[in-house]
Amino acid sequence: MAQAAAHQSHDHDHGHHDPQELKMLGFWIFLVTDVILFSTLFATFVVLRNSTAGGPGGAELFNMTGVIIETFLLLTSSFTSGLAVLAMNKGSMKGLINWLIVTAILGLGFIGFEVYEFVELVHEGANFGTSAFLSAFFTLVGTHGLHVSLGLVWMIGLMFQLKKRGLTSETKGKVSALSLYWHFLDAVWIFLLSVVYLMGVM
Amino acid sequence: MLDKIKEFASTFFVTGDPMIYGADVSIALAMIGIVFVLTYFKKWGWLWKNWLTTVDHKKVGIMYILAAILMLFRGGVDALLMRIQLATPDVTLLHPEHYNQIFTTHGTIMILFMAMPLMFGLFNIAVPLQIGARDVAFPFLNALSFWLFFMGAMLFNLSFVIGGSPDAGWLSYPPLSELQFSPGVGQNFYIWGIQISGIGSLATGINFIVTIIKMRAPGMTWMKMPVFTWSVFSSCVIIIFAFPILTVTLALLFLDRFGGGHFFTLDFGGNPMMYINLIWMWGHPEVYIVVLPAFGIYSEVISVFSKKKLFGYKSMVYAMFMIAILSFFTWAHHFFTMGSGADVNAFFAISTMVIAIPTGVKVFNWLFTMYRGKITFKTPMMWAIAFIPNFLIAGLTGVMLSVAPADFQFHNSYFLIAHFHSALIGGVVFGYLAGLYYWWPKMFGFTLPETPGKWAFWFWNIGFYVCFIPQYSLGLMGMTRRLSTYGWDTGWQPLNLVSTVGAFLMGIGFLFQVLQILLGIKNFRKLKDTTGDPWGGHTLEWSIPSPAPEYNFATIPQVEERDDWWAEKDKRAKGIFRKQSPIEAIHMPKNSAIPFIMSVFFFIAGFGFVFGWSFFYIPGLIGVAICMICRSFFSYDGDYYIPADEVKRTEAAIRGSV
Ligand code: HEM
Ligand SMILES: [Cu+2]
Repeated sequence: MAQAAAHQSHDHDHGHHDPQELKMLGFWIFLVTDVILFSTLFATFVVLRNSTAGGPGGAELFNMTGVIIETFLLLTSSFTSGLAVLAMNKGSMKGLINWLIVTAILGLGFIGFEVYEFVELVHEGANFGTSAFLSAFFTLVGTHGLHVSLGLVWMIGLMFQLKKRGLTSETKGKVSALSLYWHFLDAVWIFLLSVVYLMGVM
Repeated sequence: MLDKIKEFASTFFVTGDPMIYGADVSIALAMIGIVFVLTYFKKWGWLWKNWLTTVDHKKVGIMYILAAILMLFRGGVDALLMRIQLATPDVTLLHPEHYNQIFTTHGTIMILFMAMPLMFGLFNIAVPLQIGARDVAFPFLNALSFWLFFMGAMLFNLSFVIGGSPDAGWLSYPPLSELQFSPGVGQNFYIWGIQISGIGSLATGINFIVTIIKMRAPGMTWMKMPVFTWSVFSSCVIIIFAFPILTVTLALLFLDRFGGGHFFTLDFGGNPMMYINLIWMWGHPEVYIVVLPAFGIYSEVISVFSKKKLFGYKSMVYAMFMIAILSFFTWAHHFFTMGSGADVNAFFAISTMVIAIPTGVKVFNWLFTMYRGKITFKTPMMWAIAFIPNFLIAGLTGVMLSVAPADFQFHNSYFLIAHFHSALIGGVVFGYLAGLYYWWPKMFGFTLPETPGKWAFWFWNIGFYVCFIPQYSLGLMGMTRRLSTYGWDTGWQPLNLVSTVGAFLMGIGFLFQVLQILLGIKNFRKLKDTTGDPWGGHTLEWSIPSPAPEYNFATIPQVEERDDWWAEKDKRAKGIFRKQSPIEAIHMPKNSAIPFIMSVFFFIAGFGFVFGWSFFYIPGLIGVAICMICRSFFSYDGDYYIPADEVKRTEAAIRGSV
């Protein structure tokens, strides 16, 4: 089979579709499925919130200072990921990479605090298996944390690709998807903050 | 040391039952046979290049269908075993525990590993061709979806010979499925088999939504889109809303079993009822996920074989979307008896009955399409027509079940078993078989011989009624589901025997289908489809040669009408020809080994989680991660161009032989 190398110009190739546009739509739909995933976990948490089986509840356990710091870190990182995209749109590779690094550091800080918080809870004897409430709590918050961690791996990988490939429509598409993902995690966190923590200590 | 190994082997491998040793031997023989044949005919390279690494949607579709037929066989053997057991009250072919395992694996396999992949196979074969596209939106992801399904199915099936099968029913209600009551690994196989293939299903849903939104040929507006494609679209919309719920539900169950969680346990505040709500929030829509594409097929087949346009195209489309939305508001009808209270039950009873309205609209549209049509009774059409009376019964008994107070009588009885088999076999399986016969020539380039197909049809159909009609009566006589034995004094024996005979008639029907395929392959030169349009089709897939060339369309069609190909044939007969655009180089995705390898790692990870072996699941997960990273780093040159000259040569060769 003869294979000609794929080339850049896709313009007047009938039947061929802008791959970036397809990917973006696909990514939006993927985010919809992620919304459903989190909604299911939220619903589970809400049902089990008071099923502490005689163990400690949210009011006794949550350390709000830590949560406020986490919130601050994540919200700022969402903002800096926006700045990264702005830099990219201006064509500034340096700005893009630098803002991505800042975002990654903030994200890492968030994960650090969250892990610390979890370890503290376990020390106090509030384990995953202590009660239905805690199972639901660790799963919901942990799933969000896992998403953030995956986002970090993705971000770091993307920085290498940017270095190697430069700003092409493909790498740009990947950065846009990543930043969309990051904002999405931010939005989920706002819900976590209100439903799990604020309503928990109230 | 030797004792230790022996002890391990006796828990690891399932032992004790001669049937299982038989399975061990036949699996080993089949493996050796496959390896031998591939080596002897030097086919390893062919297998790897053409199938294991392919990203061509048509080949992916064929692999889905093959796997689904294999699973139909396995699920069917399970069904026959159960029916033999039930034919007379005091046979002990299956011990009660074994019976539990078999109804669980039968139900799971039939719905998740037979109906779903058969459906995805047909999506893959037909949708891109119907909308005039060269591919699906994400060919790589598409191949990955297939391999995830395949590995998930294999993992699930492995439980039969290794570790032990799940036995808590196809929906694994806790607390029965919790560690306390199901301490073996069977439930873990269930969770991971479904989980892995479920990721694939979700990805397929996303893939086809994007394909249908973005890749329709120019001129094909939404209201000119073929009905089957519409049905796929609505089915995929349900998938993306329903499957994440399943993923979470099974993950929580696994956390309970593996991590000592208390989501659904009886102690520490767990709530089993929540599982039942969650699983049915997926489970009910799932029924519509599989049935809507069947409705799409009936619409295509009935209009083509009646030589008429589909009656009420628009109402068909709206009805499908009504059903898709409503399907999310009926889940509690599966547990009217479990103490939800009268208000809740009333809400779900009414929402369930409302679904009968759009469904009724569709049935009337099909009838009106046939009315005064020039009907030809080819096999696809026969299956489509056979569906209608059957679905009247299934629908009617469904409405009976949705009457909440009456359901206290029918719940978990054989009446229910008869109802959902009518819907699933008569609605879903008949539909997919019709679709398989309909698109067979497009897939393989030859039609299947009609005579054995008709024999198969009659055996299946007669067997179907003989098997399931008695079960409605048995249900009313008080026979409950999931029974492996009963007393003579119940009076259930004669009807059960009849039902078993019916099941065997269906089994014979299946054998006729196998025979039909074999005869078709043997005589494929005689049966060759030289026109590309053996049925007088209406939609674009019939405008290209059979089997479709790898790039599908040499030039992308410009769509003008709803039944575009039909309209074009009309114009050609009048001597009006559309201007053909010139042939250009065609952009194609390259093959990739990553989907296959990544799914193997998923399998390894899943196997590790089943047994709680970190030396399996950690490497498995790392392998998955590496594959993902590789994909991300090397996705930049995943495509190539077929030069225009080569396209012209290929076209001349295919069309030249016409
Ligand atoms: C081909 C002929 C078939 C026969 C003879 C058959 C027979 C049976 C039997 C005897 C049972 C067990 C009933 C009980 O004891 O509770 C059963 C259960 C079931 N079947 Fe089938 N079946 C067939 C096809 C199918 C198909 C095509 C599907 C789905 C697409 C399906 C889905 C199920 C499900 C979900 C269950 C419930 C399992 C459970 O209780 O957990 N069956 N079937
Ligand atoms: Cu239902």
